[in-house]
Amino acid sequence: MLLEVSELDVRYGRNHAVKKLSLSVGSDEIVTVLGSNGAGKTSLLRAIQGLCPVASGFVRFDGEDITNMTPPERLRRQLALVPEGRQIALSLTIHENLQMGAYCRTDGNVQRDIDAIYDRFSNLGARRKMPASVLSGGEQQMLAISRALLARPKLMMLDEPSLGLSPLLVERLFELIVSLRKEGIAILLVEQNTHMALEVASRGLVMELGNVVLEGSAAELRDNDKLADAYLGHAN
Amino acid sequence: MSGYLAGTLAILCINLIFAYGIFVSAAAGQINLGGAGFQAIGAYATGFIAGTLGLPVWFSIPAAATISAFIGFLIAFPVLRTRGVYLVLATFAFGEVVSGFLLHTDTFGGAMGMVVPVHIELWVLMLCAIVVTLLTFYLMATRLGLAMRSINDDEEATVVIGVNVRAVQVAAFTIGGAFTGLSGALYAHNYGFVEAQYFNALLSIYVLLFVLIGGAQTAWGPLAGSLFFTVLPELFRVGGAWRYVIFGVLIVLMMVIRPEGMVTRDLVRKLSPRQWWARRAAVGS
Repeated sequence: MLLEVSELDVRYGRNHAVKKLSLSVGSDEIVTVLGSNGAGKTSLLRAIQGLCPVASGFVRFDGEDITNMTPPERLRRQLALVPEGRQIALSLTIHENLQMGAYCRTDGNVQRDIDAIYDRFSNLGARRKMPASVLSGGEQQMLAISRALLARPKLMMLDEPSLGLSPLLVERLFELIVSLRKEGIAILLVEQNTHMALEVASRGLVMELGNVVLEGSAAELRDNDKLADAYLGHAN
Repeated sequence: MSGYLAGTLAILCINLIFAYGIFVSAAAGQINLGGAGFQAIGAYATGFIAGTLGLPVWFSIPAAATISAFIGFLIAFPVLRTRGVYLVLATFAFGEVVSGFLLHTDTFGGAMGMVVPVHIELWVLMLCAIVVTLLTFYLMATRLGLAMRSINDDEEATVVIGVNVRAVQVAAFTIGGAFTGLSGALYAHNYGFVEAQYFNALLSIYVLLFVLIGGAQTAWGPLAGSLFFTVLPELFRVGGAWRYVIFGVLIVLMMVIRPEGMVTRDLVRKLSPRQWWARRAAVGS
């Protein structure tokens, strides 16, 4: 397994955000974490990236214990997070944002990788000298993902990437996620859009108040009545 | 060159370096309201080294900047634990502590002030101002400069890509300390005399205005701000006692009309030669 999280506990003061949670992600799969607001999904991702302290448990990545590593050390081991809410630097140009994505890299191939991003997203390339604030919400999300791609991740964690995007853009986003996996990047996807997430993922787990309440293959979860009632809605 | 013009130019050079010292940390999202304290450290350090110890001025000025940078580095750790308005207050308190300390320390002349030997020529001031300006422009284009701007934009978004935010902020504060200390040392040698009362809260506020009214988004801002604040009061001298009133009204108007400062990133982009030619070509076709 590429990522192994075992008995992970995350606490913020009195708030026990993640409780003895275990999960794993293989090197060629998409795993999705579902659950309502406040279930602890964001805390889980932040703890895996090293952005908040772990109370107990451990995180292994690519055969190495990374539980006590700093975020830059984890990025250098090719683990990247695209945080919730398209967090990019709005006053930096698109090009500068991409350069910042390679902040922890020491090899000389950054420019080549940035050019590859421009080939892939022509609307970013066309406006590379403009501040990121000129981009639409969907384009900003593409930039946030591109920026994470410049860390050349083996595993990319995405925190609610579809939030606030139009249905058409959500469709394109999930196509992108699938193509990233085909290129060999494993994905850990936190989503509220349960329907779409289960369509692209191979496995999933459902969190509630810091606990895993349901776990299984995407097909099993799609057919699960309890999940359908709670998150999918009857229209699905 | 007339003595008056040379005097004004000297003030402009000192103010410019001072402003860049405050700008560097402001660009990383930290407002330093203790500028006068750092300037005082630079001024008294060179006064002590060149005067009391009798060492040459080419040594004392860089040494003063280094001492100021080192103190900036040391206090960055406790001070940068605070944020927002508390950071402003912490730096302000630092400035007050420094001038209070100097005022009551007899080694540095106490309330009598300190005579600083060796007058430096205007060209030295101008050279220093040019070097600091170029250094700041260069800094803003480096990886560190990008990281500073990114932190200013969104700290969370910067942590995620593996930037050690604390280290970048401490570095910015230290570089700022070096520039402010340098401006203090140049001030001391230009006027030949320093007194603790000069380095007061008003001076700290003034230099912050240079940066904020000039614009903290690009390195052009402090340049515009220093020019504005140094030259305009001179031009209004004909207005007599009213000149500070006119000046105050202008500042208020500036803040209403352009809260981001006189020079913004947008403006710099629009005025860049390539953009200008592109627009001309577009109009011509």
